[in-house]
Amino acid sequence: MLRLEKRPVPSRFWTIMTPVVAVVATMVAGGLLFAFLGKDPVAAIRTIFWDPIFSEFAWYYRAQLLVKAAPLILIALGLSLGFRAGIWNIGAEGQYIVGAITGAAVGLAFYPLDAWYIFPLMILAGALGGWAWAMIPALLKIRFGTNEILVSLMLVYVAEQLLAKMSLGLLKNPDGHGFPGSRNFQEYPSAHNVELIEGTGMHGGVLAGFIAVIAAYVLLNRHILGYQIRLTGQSARAARFAGVRPKLLVAFCLGTSGALAGLAGLFEVAGPAGQITIDFNVGYGFTAIIVAFLGRLHPVGILLAGLLMALTYVGGEIAQANLRLPAAAIQAFQGMLLFFLLGFDVLANYRIRPIKREVA
Amino acid sequence: MDLSAINPLVLIASLMVAATPILLAAIGELVVEKSGVLNLGVEGMMITGAICGFAIAVESSSPWLGLLAAAGGGALLALVFGVLTQFFLSNQVATGLALTLFGLGLSALLGQGYAGIKPPPSPRLDVPFLADLPVLGRVLFQHDYMVYISILIVACVWAVLKYTRAGLILRAVGESHDAAHALGYKVVRIRLMAIAFGGACAGLGGAYLSLIRVPQWTEGMTAGAGWIALAIVVFASWRPWGVLLGAYLFGGVTVLQLNLQAAGLELPVEYLSMAPYLITILVLVIMSADRGRAALNAPAALGKIFHASS
Repeated sequence: MLRLEKRPVPSRFWTIMTPVVAVVATMVAGGLLFAFLGKDPVAAIRTIFWDPIFSEFAWYYRAQLLVKAAPLILIALGLSLGFRAGIWNIGAEGQYIVGAITGAAVGLAFYPLDAWYIFPLMILAGALGGWAWAMIPALLKIRFGTNEILVSLMLVYVAEQLLAKMSLGLLKNPDGHGFPGSRNFQEYPSAHNVELIEGTGMHGGVLAGFIAVIAAYVLLNRHILGYQIRLTGQSARAARFAGVRPKLLVAFCLGTSGALAGLAGLFEVAGPAGQITIDFNVGYGFTAIIVAFLGRLHPVGILLAGLLMALTYVGGEIAQANLRLPAAAIQAFQGMLLFFLLGFDVLANYRIRPIKREVA
Repeated sequence: MDLSAINPLVLIASLMVAATPILLAAIGELVVEKSGVLNLGVEGMMITGAICGFAIAVESSSPWLGLLAAAGGGALLALVFGVLTQFFLSNQVATGLALTLFGLGLSALLGQGYAGIKPPPSPRLDVPFLADLPVLGRVLFQHDYMVYISILIVACVWAVLKYTRAGLILRAVGESHDAAHALGYKVVRIRLMAIAFGGACAGLGGAYLSLIRVPQWTEGMTAGAGWIALAIVVFASWRPWGVLLGAYLFGGVTVLQLNLQAAGLELPVEYLSMAPYLITILVLVIMSADRGRAALNAPAALGKIFHASS
């Protein structure tokens, strides 16, 4: 028999290695799943992980990679701050939607004016929208001690209804012949989130993602607030003695993650998506939770994890087209990845030792 | 708007049906939380139960087999959570979220080809004698079996927790796993059983949605019901009859909102559809504002990792 012995400090080696092991394990288990669905497992795994980067159409897919990774990285970075301190914002999907709505609303309000300041204003509005939506659970937690997990999640459903209302009502394209959905930003240059370098998928959101990675790294490693976040996560009581104000931390972590999710929503609606529609959100806010954990709540890790998760999205789409693999299979695949990751984490926190038979 | 179109008696009757899925999921989660485990994967287990039950019921054309399969599917998925949190000592919040994400994907995968099919009808139970009562009989005693079974489960959970030794041990494990361990109780085994029970109940709740309430299979059809069940456990301050009250109140809100939509209230449909979620938030705020009482009933070891050092 085996027993677990708690490590005094988590193993550095295993902290870095568990995501790798988890990805490999998910490939094996995912292969079994695909085989069970009657697909060739090797072909499916190769399509998902290899084709987007190295196949003959890779030039197209590589651009898609950045487009998909940008929102995931932006949202996951924000979430990771809170997760480190034990503040669970799982309503990023809602903040993403609201950020897109407010940002788009500002852009549409200026239509058809042509001015340089419109897009910056939209960015600001998007971040503010997401921030405000996340401050609802934050304020309720600060004032009443309400569970932020449930409130932030409930607000996702509220945001979805709001999105439906907006795309059918207030933000509907007046020239759209009655179809739901707003004007398309791709046809409105002043408000369009353009590709900065042709054919790379490198748009404003990707740039914002990279900046956020650096900012988060500096915050966590060089700033007192980052120290306080990490301290609270390791011992909330010790943090109180060290002068951390927990309420401030709740507001900061939830607010920042909301603002980043709102930004992601704005860049998506003004760029790749192009318009506000009923089915604008595709679950980035939830997948970002997986990205945050897969990246070990570390900014650089999240950057890599976001790219990997984007790979499964892009690869999943190819597999859908080429192998007729159902879209849901990728979702199950991503969920499985988080399971394996959490399971293998035991190696980082505990030593596994054989039980020695002892005589009392 | 024509408010007279809303018949209060029909409202009460349909309230019981609307509340049953959440009631089932919530009473299961109550047992899990009483054992000191916070399983946030209720939504995932519910939707998995919904499709397991639906698929089996369609294939076997027996709603009972379907419900049984739903309970089994929910319990099986819950045990994945159980193994990860109890043996691999993973974070319960994160693992619960993973369970929900995985469950949503898995159910969509399993449910391919089941969209748009009608499930076999479920038998109705006219409670003998009572069903013949004027007015009341029609409102309270002419539902399908699961409505009564769910109330029965609540009663059983209440009785077991309050009056039996098994219930005492379960609560002891939830209050202080270290003390329970020191007394020789198998903490991990007891928690695994509670987790499996919670999964089975959530699965049943999901199947009730897909087999009886809707009855149809659509992707993501639980639409947050599992999360609302979690909120209802908090609302009930971890008391079984409180769960019943919370679920029925919530069912009432849902039904009333649907009726108002039908009656042509001036408010747009989208805003009315927000109501259940907004009211859940409101209820959570009211409950948590009264900190002393809420904290009194919460199991002390809720969400804490149990690692036996010896």
